[in-house]
Amino acid sequence: MPPTNEEVFEKVREVLTDALGVDEEEVLPEATLQGDLGAESIDFLDIVFRLEKAFNIKIPKGELLPEDLMNNPDYVDGDRMTTAGLAKLKEAMPHLDLSGFEDNPAVAKLWDLFTVRAIVNYVEGKLAAVG
Amino acid sequence: MRWMWIDAFIEFVPGERCTAVKNVTMAEGHVHDRFPTYPVLPPGLMIEGMAQTAGILVGESRNFSENVILAKVRNAEFDDYAFPGDQLRYEARMDSIDDHGAMTSGLVFKNGEHIGRVDLMFSHVNQAIKQLDLPDHNFVFTDNLLKLVADMKHRFSTQEPSSE
Repeated sequence: MPPTNEEVFEKVREVLTDALGVDEEEVLPEATLQGDLGAESIDFLDIVFRLEKAFNIKIPKGELLPEDLMNNPDYVDGDRMTTAGLAKLKEAMPHLDLSGFEDNPAVAKLWDLFTVRAIVNYVEGKLAAVG
Repeated sequence: MRWMWIDAFIEFVPGERCTAVKNVTMAEGHVHDRFPTYPVLPPGLMIEGMAQTAGILVGESRNFSENVILAKVRNAEFDDYAFPGDQLRYEARMDSIDDHGAMTSGLVFKNGEHIGRVDLMFSHVNQAIKQLDLPDHNFVFTDNLLKLVADMKHRFSTQEPSSE
């Protein structure tokens, strides 16, 4: 039986407190990894590794977090994502909640999409796929 | 000259794990710097000892072609200090490695007794930060570190990679 949403959240919370050195109470579903929890780029590799171990899953590059998306001129025009970029983001990262972002797809706001809830969504999707 | 925080390797299984030892001596100036009249090896230097042990494990797995730098101390816990006369043993294990870098986990022993754990993350800096204007030569595996590596290779030249 797959773990419940709460069980996944608790494990994700543990991963993030260990990886980022934050207090458990700070790791709320709506907390953003960079803005609220202070994650730096180097922390993302650590988070991915810890998630893989905690849930016994494999996380391919660019699946949980964008890899080269922002470097593709088809997807980014100046400081905004293009329609093609948004479509790609929606297709490649269904764990993100794009409501709000779609109306104003500023690149600077992209990392605000990466919340604790998004990580939980991703892990749940991964576990469901594994069965 | 690079400061070395390990003395020698006593085990090396390429790409998998390795063990290095460090003998703490009263002659080392830094053991007198942490507390007046109470000489200890500062724990930060045990982290560095593990970083050198694990860093060589990571570097060797790519034939020292990458500049391997310590990117993050993922976890460091110590239950005891190391004093002059003690021998430290750093056991490092490779958890994962790819083009960007590597994760290692490690245990620290003092005279055979487990006293700590140090988990690290390394970056292959040339791969990860291509936009930086880095030197063409390898600036990590130089000087004394290379001598340690040569000594390690000499000691373990007959050891085959694990088939596990």
